[in-house]
Amino acid sequence: MTDAALQVDNNSFLLKGTAYTLTTLQLLSLDYETMNAQLASKVEQAPKFFNNTPVVLDLQKVASLPVAIDFTKLLNMMRQHKLIPVGIRGGTPEQNGRALALGLAIMYDTRYNEQEKPQQEKLQPAKDPGTQTPSLLVTQPVRSGQQIYARGGDLIITAPVSAGAEVIADGHIHIYAPLRGRALAGVNGDKNARIFCSCLEAELVSVAGQYSVNEDLRQAAWEQAVVVALQGDELRITTLS
Amino acid sequence: MSKKKQTCEVIVVTSGKGGVGKTTSSAAISTGLAERGYRTAVIDFDVGLRNLDLVMGCERRVVYDFVNVIQGEATLNQAMIKDKRFDNLFILPASQTRDKDALDKDSVGRVINELKESFDYIICDSPAGIEAGAVMAMYFADQAIIVTNPEVSSVRDSDRILGILASRSHRAEEGKERIKEHLLITRFSPERAAKGDMLSVQDVQEILSVPLLGVIPESKSVLRASNEGIPVINDKDSDAGQAYSDAIKRFLGEETPMRFIEKAGIFQRLFGASTE
Repeated sequence: MTDAALQVDNNSFLLKGTAYTLTTLQLLSLDYETMNAQLASKVEQAPKFFNNTPVVLDLQKVASLPVAIDFTKLLNMMRQHKLIPVGIRGGTPEQNGRALALGLAIMYDTRYNEQEKPQQEKLQPAKDPGTQTPSLLVTQPVRSGQQIYARGGDLIITAPVSAGAEVIADGHIHIYAPLRGRALAGVNGDKNARIFCSCLEAELVSVAGQYSVNEDLRQAAWEQAVVVALQGDELRITTLS
Repeated sequence: MSKKKQTCEVIVVTSGKGGVGKTTSSAAISTGLAERGYRTAVIDFDVGLRNLDLVMGCERRVVYDFVNVIQGEATLNQAMIKDKRFDNLFILPASQTRDKDALDKDSVGRVINELKESFDYIICDSPAGIEAGAVMAMYFADQAIIVTNPEVSSVRDSDRILGILASRSHRAEEGKERIKEHLLITRFSPERAAKGDMLSVQDVQEILSVPLLGVIPESKSVLRASNEGIPVINDKDSDAGQAYSDAIKRFLGEETPMRFIEKAGIFQRLFGASTE
């Protein structure tokens, strides 16, 4: 087949929105020598991981340091360790400009930006003007294909979460009904976030990025009331009785 | 015949998945409501795939269709077809030559508002899928009947459509009271559910958490009725016809026990409804 055969309506390409999971490398200091040594030891521990893995450099913690970031040095170091820097985030406008000049993309943290979600798929949260907490209370079933995000707070759901639905919170998630879809607590990195649910039948549960899928869950506490929490870097599922 | 109710209610019959029995159910429900004296209109929203007129047995009398009315080429009176058996039942057929893009919210809303003045119930027979056509059919609904077969993919699609009902209808967009939802399980076989080949009624209800309107058994009478163009609810001897009649009773607020959900015993086989 020729390339021309793949063309649709004479277009030479199609634009598609696709979400990729990228590894973020957060810089905590600008001590390049130490960084190089520590990267080398990481490579030794997990050589498979450093196999031309695309990474995003998070500059948030070092952006305001008085020393200028040496991007060329950083990029060369990454490439030496078989990492492919594709972009940066958390930089100052000046740093963004220099990164752009070196062919790096500027990543904005819009993963769960509410404005970007399709308007029509949003559930109307039950409103209670009397309370000041940022918690979101949902009393209707969360259906397949729906996504609910409790920004900056907890998510409390009193109806079933269907397979194919996704419930997300920066804080804890409480579900007083079967959880059959996905639940992601502490998506902004809060490792103390927990998921409580009265009947675990989930496709996936995740706390601060650590996740467990349906297959594992079936062997843990299937169809039981549980709390999902991080212990160290490991996801622990404990039954509530 | 004049209107029986003060206000008209719009009911969408929808499912997400195709081939589960939306059109059969739309025909049965609209006939059942007409039989009980309500002025009823049934609209085929499946533009491009005219089926409802076949199931209702009026395909030979179609002159104008829904799209003609939408585009102002015919009046509602010209396009509505009166049912052969009930003179308070009218069918608005879909166009076979157009596609679903021919419908737009404003025009559909105008047609529905016009129908509301002279009817008690408007039944919208939704196309399969979750795209524009299905959204259009549900947009103006006050109540929704979700048709589901007792199998996993059908239940999943129904769940998806329930989510869309809760977020994309006229009521949702205006922040009004939610659409009232009803679950109708069709093509149910108690024997196969008992063997575990099929989901049980409880399973389906538990996954969807929507009140159960009725369970229609898998029955040869359904296929025969649609081939003959007589809605199966008219077949008073058949199990499926009786199950639809029960569903109508429940819809109108009467309480009646669920039938045809247990495996038939020898007594029922001898004296009960025919499954033929």
